[in-house]
Amino acid sequence: MALETAVIQNTLTDQFGDKVRHFQQIHDILTFEVQTENITEVMGFLKDDKTMRFNFLTTLCGMHFPDAEAGRQFGMVYHMHNWMDNVRVRIKCFMPADKPEIDSVTGLFRSANWQERETYDFFGIIFKGHPQLKRILNMDEMQSFPMRKEFPLEDGGRTDKDDRFFGRTTDNC
Amino acid sequence: MSDLLLPPELRYAGIIEQRKNEDGSELSILNLGPTHPATHGIFQNILLMDGERIIDGEGTVGYIHRAFEKIAENRPFYQITPLTDRMNYCSSPINNMGWWMTLEKALGIEVPKRAQYLRVIVMELARIADHIICNSVLGVDTGALTGFLYVFQYREKIYEIYEEICGARLTTNMGRIGGFERDWSPLAFEKLNTLLEEFPPIWREFENLLTRNRIFMDRTINVGPISAEKAINYGFTGPNLRAAGVDYDIRVMQPYSSYEDFEFNIPVGKSGDTYDRFCVRNAEVWESLSIIKQALAKLPEGPYHADVPDYYLPPKDEVYNNMEALIYHFKIVMGEISVPVTEVYHPVEGGNGELGFYLVTDGSRTAYRLHFRRPCFIYYQAFNDMVQGQMLSDAIATLSSLNVIAGELDA
Repeated sequence: MALETAVIQNTLTDQFGDKVRHFQQIHDILTFEVQTENITEVMGFLKDDKTMRFNFLTTLCGMHFPDAEAGRQFGMVYHMHNWMDNVRVRIKCFMPADKPEIDSVTGLFRSANWQERETYDFFGIIFKGHPQLKRILNMDEMQSFPMRKEFPLEDGGRTDKDDRFFGRTTDNC
Repeated sequence: MSDLLLPPELRYAGIIEQRKNEDGSELSILNLGPTHPATHGIFQNILLMDGERIIDGEGTVGYIHRAFEKIAENRPFYQITPLTDRMNYCSSPINNMGWWMTLEKALGIEVPKRAQYLRVIVMELARIADHIICNSVLGVDTGALTGFLYVFQYREKIYEIYEEICGARLTTNMGRIGGFERDWSPLAFEKLNTLLEEFPPIWREFENLLTRNRIFMDRTINVGPISAEKAINYGFTGPNLRAAGVDYDIRVMQPYSSYEDFEFNIPVGKSGDTYDRFCVRNAEVWESLSIIKQALAKLPEGPYHADVPDYYLPPKDEVYNNMEALIYHFKIVMGEISVPVTEVYHPVEGGNGELGFYLVTDGSRTAYRLHFRRPCFIYYQAFNDMVQGQMLSDAIATLSSLNVIAGELDA
């Protein structure tokens, strides 16, 4: 018997109350938001609980919403997969712009190690408790976090090509 | 903990100092890569060696990082396909198809059966090409060039089929939202049938050359093993996980593109060592051939693309001769027609494992965020763990059998 999304939602709500909210079915995946400070607790529960059994961390990635309301400028998205019942969930956490910090989940899943390093590399999100939080794909000497929205892909001052004629402005590159 | 942040050569200096042997010999640091023939791409392994035995190591990646995710935030959807091509360039059609399917999921497009079957054929061809390279190069890394030279020509034959379908060979940029650019020519089917006839005996011979070969077995059995629990924890998917005995396959778990219509087995290994990975890939080639045969036998008639003029690029003939088509072509290529606000995650079974696309759109002409789940990047972090205590030559064989593709590692 497959694990129903209603069961996941009810179990999590019973267990964590307000710390998990905004349950939403987006296409085929149940999506919900977790309070940033509870992420390891919730993911640990999802992994170890007898009915939940989300044994696999599929992927994790950062998000940046510069125009969002205060406290929600940075996001982390985790995809977990229960192989026994074949159910996926998407977990989201939000962090303020001045303090993008979240607990590392490397203790639960070793696959998170490099992925968190990559997220740190691109977004500057600090993973507390990560054993080796340093850049992975970019140079160690780099100062900026290139996947943040404020870093344009191209140099806005270029004059050798005029993209306005092709529907592009400097805002949308 | 803090010394993990040091570069390995500084970190190991202390260990080397501490562990000087009585006879005066000491541990040494070996740089394997970044551009070493055995690393199959550009990445570096700094290994701490005791003679020929590996004590510790650290992998450094990022040498060919090309900022795909950042570029994807700035390009309309059709212009993202070339980026996906260049991730796992040994099986680029799988990446293309995965990307189209992600978009189709976001747009709610139903793809006609014929296009789905054609996609299955292309994806299985790509998987065969991928496994041909991986397994034959494993032979090269253990000292047998013959097998590689022998089967490599069949990768060429597969590329010729791609060429017949879309005009390109390596980075195919194949397909469209909703199906294919054009129906396959009779020559493409002819070439496919020739391949299906000629390739199996060659592959059988290749298997005979290596599978029960004493030297090959000695070089691969119990080399770089990983247990199933550890593999899952490390995020392994695809043949590397199946070699450890877990029958996890996206094609069965979450069938896409009509995979549910075909009968095939999921080959699994037992010990998760290099030999098992080799055998699983060998067996998968047979399954792929069987899927292609079934798909050809059952190939339905009908349209080869979905009827979605808003997203499907008009045929080139019409673009040249018809104003309406030209306007549509321009609008689509420049991304005037946007995707609704949504987020989707779509996985496909790539040559290396679960290849996932996480797409977030905000209704504009580009993706707000596109994250690639690149199987290589996730499981390569286990490499260090797998080779500890093994010999240097075992590290080469292990690396080769993991099928690490630098383009996928770095994005």
